[in-house]
Amino acid sequence: MLETYAEITWCPGCGNFGILNAVKRAISELIEEGEKKENFVIASGIGCHAKIVDYIDVNSFYGLHGRVPPALTGIKLANKNLKVIGFAGDGDAYAEGIEHLIHSAKRNTDIMMIIHNNGVFALTTGQFTPTSPKGFKGKSTPFGNVEEPINPLKVLLASGASFVARGYAARVEHLKKLIKAAVKHKGFAVIDVLQPCIAFNNTYQILNQKVYELEKFDTKNLEEAMKKVEEKERIPIGIFYQVEREVFEDYF
Amino acid sequence: MALIHTITVGGKAGQGVKTLGKVVGELLNELGYNVFILDDYPSLITGGHNFNRISFSEEEIYCAHTETDILVALDRNTVERHKNDLKEHHFIIYDSSEFNIDEKTAIGLPSKEFIERANVPEKMRNSSFAGALAYLLGISFEFLEHTFSVIFKEKEENIKIAKLAYNFVKENYQPLLNIKKIGEPRKLVTGNIAIGEGLVKGGLEVYIAYPMTPSSSILHYLAGKVKDYKLSVVQPENEIAVINMAVGCAYAGKKVAVGTSGGGFDLMQEGFSLAAMSENPIVAVESQRPGPSTGVPTYTSQSDLNYLLNAGHGEFPRIVVAPGTQEQAFYKAGELLNLVWKYQVPGILISDKHLSESWKNVSLNETGIYKAEPKLFDGGEYKRYKFESDGVSPLAFPGTENVVVKSSSYEHDEYGITTENPEIIARMQEKRFAKLKYIEEELENLETVKTYGNGENVVVTWGSSVGAVLEAVKKLDNIKIVQILYFSPFPKKKVVKELSMCENIVGVEANFTGQLCDLIFANTGIAVDKRILKYDSREFSPQYLYLKLKEVV
Repeated sequence: MLETYAEITWCPGCGNFGILNAVKRAISELIEEGEKKENFVIASGIGCHAKIVDYIDVNSFYGLHGRVPPALTGIKLANKNLKVIGFAGDGDAYAEGIEHLIHSAKRNTDIMMIIHNNGVFALTTGQFTPTSPKGFKGKSTPFGNVEEPINPLKVLLASGASFVARGYAARVEHLKKLIKAAVKHKGFAVIDVLQPCIAFNNTYQILNQKVYELEKFDTKNLEEAMKKVEEKERIPIGIFYQVEREVFEDYF
Repeated sequence: MALIHTITVGGKAGQGVKTLGKVVGELLNELGYNVFILDDYPSLITGGHNFNRISFSEEEIYCAHTETDILVALDRNTVERHKNDLKEHHFIIYDSSEFNIDEKTAIGLPSKEFIERANVPEKMRNSSFAGALAYLLGISFEFLEHTFSVIFKEKEENIKIAKLAYNFVKENYQPLLNIKKIGEPRKLVTGNIAIGEGLVKGGLEVYIAYPMTPSSSILHYLAGKVKDYKLSVVQPENEIAVINMAVGCAYAGKKVAVGTSGGGFDLMQEGFSLAAMSENPIVAVESQRPGPSTGVPTYTSQSDLNYLLNAGHGEFPRIVVAPGTQEQAFYKAGELLNLVWKYQVPGILISDKHLSESWKNVSLNETGIYKAEPKLFDGGEYKRYKFESDGVSPLAFPGTENVVVKSSSYEHDEYGITTENPEIIARMQEKRFAKLKYIEEELENLETVKTYGNGENVVVTWGSSVGAVLEAVKKLDNIKIVQILYFSPFPKKKVVKELSMCENIVGVEANFTGQLCDLIFANTGIAVDKRILKYDSREFSPQYLYLKLKEVV
C-alpha cells in the first residue's frame, strides 16, 4: 500500500510508524473514495518526521527545516486541485518556522499540517524544543530546560486556524479519521500529533494513561476550544475547532 | 553631439516631487525627446529633500546630467542644494506663496493664489509648476493640454491651474528654450517596471515578494497588473516564506519570480540553495543598495556581485545576469526566466537602485525576448532526477496521471528518494554541473557582453554604471566601452576577445573593491588595474565620470 523501496530508518517502536500507517490508510481510503492519487502532494521539513515523504509513493516535496507551510502554499497557488499534506516536527514547526504556521492560519491557506510532536529534537540527538517541559534534561540543557513550553494549539486557534485537532501516534485508527477530516476540510488544518520518541523522550506510558478521545464536543466554539486544548490532567485528542471561512487561494 | 537639457525638481518628501518629475518627463516624452529621470529621495515619508533630475535630448540618453537649465524649487532648501548645478543660462521657478528668494533668474509662482483662482483642490498645486515650465521650455499650451489629457484623470482642473501659471510667466519672461515636437512618444518606464514587464512577457505566472527598497516597485507594479495579465502576486510574511513559496510553485509547474534587495536575499539563501538541489527553476531579482547590513536603503550600489555569484551553501550552477539599461532589464528578465526553465537551475537578475527606480523612455518589443522550451516528460517510467547526458531531467508536475514527482532538498537518487550512497551522490553532483556546458553554449548566441564605440582605450563596466559611462564618453574620443551582462556562467571567450589586446583598460563600478575588475582577472588573467570606483551611495554623474576618465585615457 503506497510503499516505496526506501528503507525505513526510524528506531523500532518510534511513534512515527503510527503516523505513517495512519497517513497511508487515510490516503488509500480517500483514493478508494474517489480522490485521484496523482493529486496528492506530501511535503516535509527536516528531522526524523521528514523521512515520511520517502516512504509513501505519492508526489512529494522534501523541503527545508521549518518551511513546509510556504512551500505548500506555493504548490496550492500553482494548482488548486492538489491535496496537500505537510509534515513537520515540533522543533521544525514551533521553533524554526512558527511564523509560517501562524501566517498560514491567518490567511487560511487550503493546506494541512501534521505536526509530529515528540517534545524533543531527535535527529540531532536530543535537545529541548518549544514543547519540551520545563526542567527537561537534554544535551543542550543538562541541568534542565529553563523555559516554559508553549501550547501550540492555543497559538494556532488564536491565529485563525480553521481546523485544529490533536491526535496520538499510538491511536492509528483515530488519527486516520482526523487526517481524512483534515484533508476534506477546506482551509488551514493542523493536527498536533503526540508522538513518543523512544530514544530521547519516551512518553508511551504516560500518554497511554492520560489520552482520551473527545466525544460530543462543540467544534464551532472558539472559547471552549481554547479551554479544552489547555487540559493537562487528562489529554484530549480529536477535533477541537472546525469552521468554514474564505480560503486564500480562492482570491487568485 | 546633440544638446542635453536638464530640469531639476526639488522639495520635501510629501510635496509631490516625484509626480511633478514624472509629469515633466511625460511631457518631453510626448514631444518625442529621449528622456531620463533620476529619482533621488531619502528614507523617510515626510520632510527631508527629494529631487528628480529630468534630462532630455534629441539623441538617446542613458543617465541624468547634473547641469541644470531650469530648477523647480518647492522649498527653499532646494535652491541652496542645487544652485551650484545651474548652467549659465537658467531659470529658477519657486513657490512664492511659501518663501521668497532674491535671485535675478528666479521666478516666484504664487501657487496658493492660483489654487484659489482656479478653485481646484490643493493637491493640484504642482500643475502650476508644470505650466510655468512648459512656457519656459517654449512648449505651446495646447501641447501641455494634450499631455495632461494623456496622463491625468482629472485633466480639466489640472489644465485650469497650469494655464494660470503659464500665462503668469508669459507676461514677464521670454522662454529659455524652444522645444518643438520632434517625434512620437515611447513608453516611460523605470528599470523595475521593465523587469516586471520582461518577466511577464517571458512567461511569468506568479510573482512573490516581501517589500524592500529598491525592489518593491516591481511588487507594486505587478500587483496592479493582475487583472490585465494571467498573473498571481503574493506578499508573504517574510523573505524566507517568499523563496520557499516560490520553489513550491515551480515544483507544481508555475513560472515564478521573487524580488528583494541584499538583506532580503540574505534570508533567501537557504531556499535558493534548495531551488538548486531540488532543480526547481526560479528567478530572483536582487536590486542592490549600499550595505553592509541595512546600509543606505534608498540609494545605489553595485557591491553584491561577488556575493550573488556565491550565495547559497553548497556548489551548484546558476545563471546570473546584470542588465544596465531599462531596455536590457526588460529583455534580460524575460530571457533569464526562459533559461532557468530550460536548464532547471536558479537564476539571479541583478539590478540596483539607480537602474530599478530611474525612468527612461523606451520601445519594448515582446517578440524580442529570447524564448527557450523546457524539457517536458513525454511518457514511460518517470524519474524526476533521471540521469541525462545534458544533466536536464524531463519535467512533470504533480497532478499528472501515473506519475509520481518526488522533489528533494536532500541528496537523492533518480526517483528523488534520499541517498547517502557516495556513487549516486557524486553522479548527481556531476549531473547538475553537466548543465553548465550547455548553458555556456547557449549563451554564446546571446548578448552576454555588449560593446559600444571603438577606440584604443577601453572602459569596462556593468549594471547601471553603463549609463553614466555612455554619457561621459560623448565628450571623449578613442574609447570603446565593454559592458559585461552575464556573470554566471562567465562569458570568458567574449571578454578575452574584447580585452586581450588592449593596452589601456579602465574599470568603472559603484563599489569599494572593484569586484568586476577582480572577477575579470580571476576568469581571464587580464588585469584591470585602473579603476574608477564610487561607494558614496550615489550613482556616477556623467560630468564626474568624464573628468575622471579624462585623467586616465
